[in-house]
Amino acid sequence: MDDRKTNWPLTLFLLIVSAPILIMYVWLFIDSVSEINIESIWPEKFTLRNWRFLTEEIPGHGSVWTATLNTTIFATSVVAIVVVLSSTAGYALSRLKFPFRAPFLGIVLLLHSFPSVTLIISIFLMLRMIGLYDTLVGVILVKAALELPFGIWIMKGFYDTVPWEIEMAGLQDGASRFQVWYKLVLPQIMPGVAALAIFSFMAGWSEFVLPLILAPSSDTRLLSVYLAGLIIDDYLSDFGLFKAVGLFYVVPVMIFYLFTQDKLMNIYGGGTKG
Amino acid sequence: MEIRLEKFSKSFGPVNAIEDMDLAIGDGEMIALLGPSGCGKTTTLYAICGLHRVSAGRIWFGDREVTHLVPQERKVGVVFQSFALYPHLSTFENIAFPLQIRKESNADIERKVKDIANTLHIEELLGRRPGQLSGGQQQRVALARALVRRPDVLLMDEPLANLDAGLRLEMRSEIRRIQRESGCTSILVTHDQVEAMSMCDRIALMHKGKIQQIGTPDEMYHQPKNKFIAGFIGNPPISFADGVVEDGRFVAQGLSFELPDQIKGASVSAGQKIAIGVRPEYLQPDFATAIEGEVTFIESQGREILYDLKLGGGQIFRSIQSSEQTCKLGDQIHWGIDVNSVFFFDEQGVRL
Ligand SMILES: Nc1ncnc2c1ncn2[C@@H]1O[C@H](COP(=O)(O)OP(=O)(O)OP(=O)(O)O)[C@@H](O)[C@H]1O
Ligand SMILES: [Mg+2]
Repeated sequence: MDDRKTNWPLTLFLLIVSAPILIMYVWLFIDSVSEINIESIWPEKFTLRNWRFLTEEIPGHGSVWTATLNTTIFATSVVAIVVVLSSTAGYALSRLKFPFRAPFLGIVLLLHSFPSVTLIISIFLMLRMIGLYDTLVGVILVKAALELPFGIWIMKGFYDTVPWEIEMAGLQDGASRFQVWYKLVLPQIMPGVAALAIFSFMAGWSEFVLPLILAPSSDTRLLSVYLAGLIIDDYLSDFGLFKAVGLFYVVPVMIFYLFTQDKLMNIYGGGTKG
Repeated sequence: MEIRLEKFSKSFGPVNAIEDMDLAIGDGEMIALLGPSGCGKTTTLYAICGLHRVSAGRIWFGDREVTHLVPQERKVGVVFQSFALYPHLSTFENIAFPLQIRKESNADIERKVKDIANTLHIEELLGRRPGQLSGGQQQRVALARALVRRPDVLLMDEPLANLDAGLRLEMRSEIRRIQRESGCTSILVTHDQVEAMSMCDRIALMHKGKIQQIGTPDEMYHQPKNKFIAGFIGNPPISFADGVVEDGRFVAQGLSFELPDQIKGASVSAGQKIAIGVRPEYLQPDFATAIEGEVTFIESQGREILYDLKLGGGQIFRSIQSSEQTCKLGDQIHWGIDVNSVFFFDEQGVRL
């Protein structure tokens, strides 16, 4: 990777193609710190007024910090559940013989390609029934459950690439089945685990529909819902504010992505031999 | 530690990989499981180390029955064909792994790993990952890992198959040396007869899930029990010819000679169909029983020359000679075979 020469024409081409996106982000930033006349494109003067939501509550919308905290809890819990369950279930599906293994794999794949929005009504009813409606725990469980098929399938793909003989050697060296998994196999698919973690974190961070419907109250509200709430609010047509909140919402993801993008590549490169 | 298999069978669903195998290996002995691909060598090996459950029969280590013990309780060191080193661990950690699992103290681990690394001449490699080692080095590390906890039994599945020719030669004697030093009862799985003959005390030749013959390399070569063994062992291979018994003579088209006394005395009757097998070294220009044919192939192997002789009946006999080339392609020549060293087989391929 490091010693590859930069291909300037290609870089230039990619730069041009992605320019609109870049320009939009730059614009978003500039707009969020300037006063702007609604009819004109060009910013008029610098202001921090749009960022006032950081220090004061916008009336009727709760604190942005509660929403941020909720989103963080939401995304990390989803990551924890998805990573733990996928890495164990993927192993079982890749390595163990058990009844209905093949149908199970088929169903997992089916669930992965199933549009989850169609489930929302029944999920809503179920959460009401078990008393998890409008709680963070409720949405976390739902979101994690919907992410699991993808995670399991990806993890299984990674496990499939680890040679059997490594496990045989481990057993022969005296390790238990669990030790073999934990000490010998899991370390080999760490790139996959990392990629899955990042992937689910982003999925959790950007989730909108589920929390909107299943956890709408102000103290369980996520950032995505908070932002949408501002935009929908008829008494508030402050575009500068929307832009600032939007920026506030994407910046963590962008920073996170900058640091982890090479790991994320693995999920598409390394282990998807089904 | 002595190893005994009693009526060991293994089937995978409807496929019978091994049927009723009996095998006894003496303490400290090194035996080769030799046979063509798919004959059940690996299956046997995996049953002995406990990775495969046996379908029937029993396995004994000394006077301890291990048939139903899990691999962890068997004290068997295995070298896998692909070496199966743990790629995320250094050489040191790889070798130390079996000891760490048994929760030995760090000082002990350090000492034992250093010791075995010494024996195998891999001290300088202890800090490297498997990916940074050559094939031969990986193989030494695999061997070290198998031996470090002083197993009762050492099993090797085609340990030399992935090495180049030169390295194979070196590792052959190396493995034998280490096996002798450690005194482990060992089984070497291979499909290479030269490897089996040069490294092991005895050879068990397998075919289609059955052991055909067990014996020292010499016995296998000079006293094969049947046609398959005679044909499998020996390089360049033996030549066969079919014929019938007439008046105490072996008769085939373009070939006829007096049967040696021990065969005549045995149960051959006139008109019986038999086959002969002649090893290339027993067909030479100056041997007694003359045969006539055309030279159809000459290959110089440096020190020796290999000839194919086509007889009147179309049978091809091979000859290996160490003297200088005496004839050329297409020559009609008279050479001789040493009848006392010819193998005779009945119609079922069993040696007479
Ligand atoms: N897991 C399995 N399921 C079904 N059949 C199997 C399985 N493992 C081995 N066999 C069959 O058992 C027979 C013996 O296989 P085995 O791997 O022991 O051969 P081998 O002598 O080691 O051959 P090679 O030299 O090619 O490694 C083969 O016919 C093989 O197809
Ligand atoms: Mg094999």
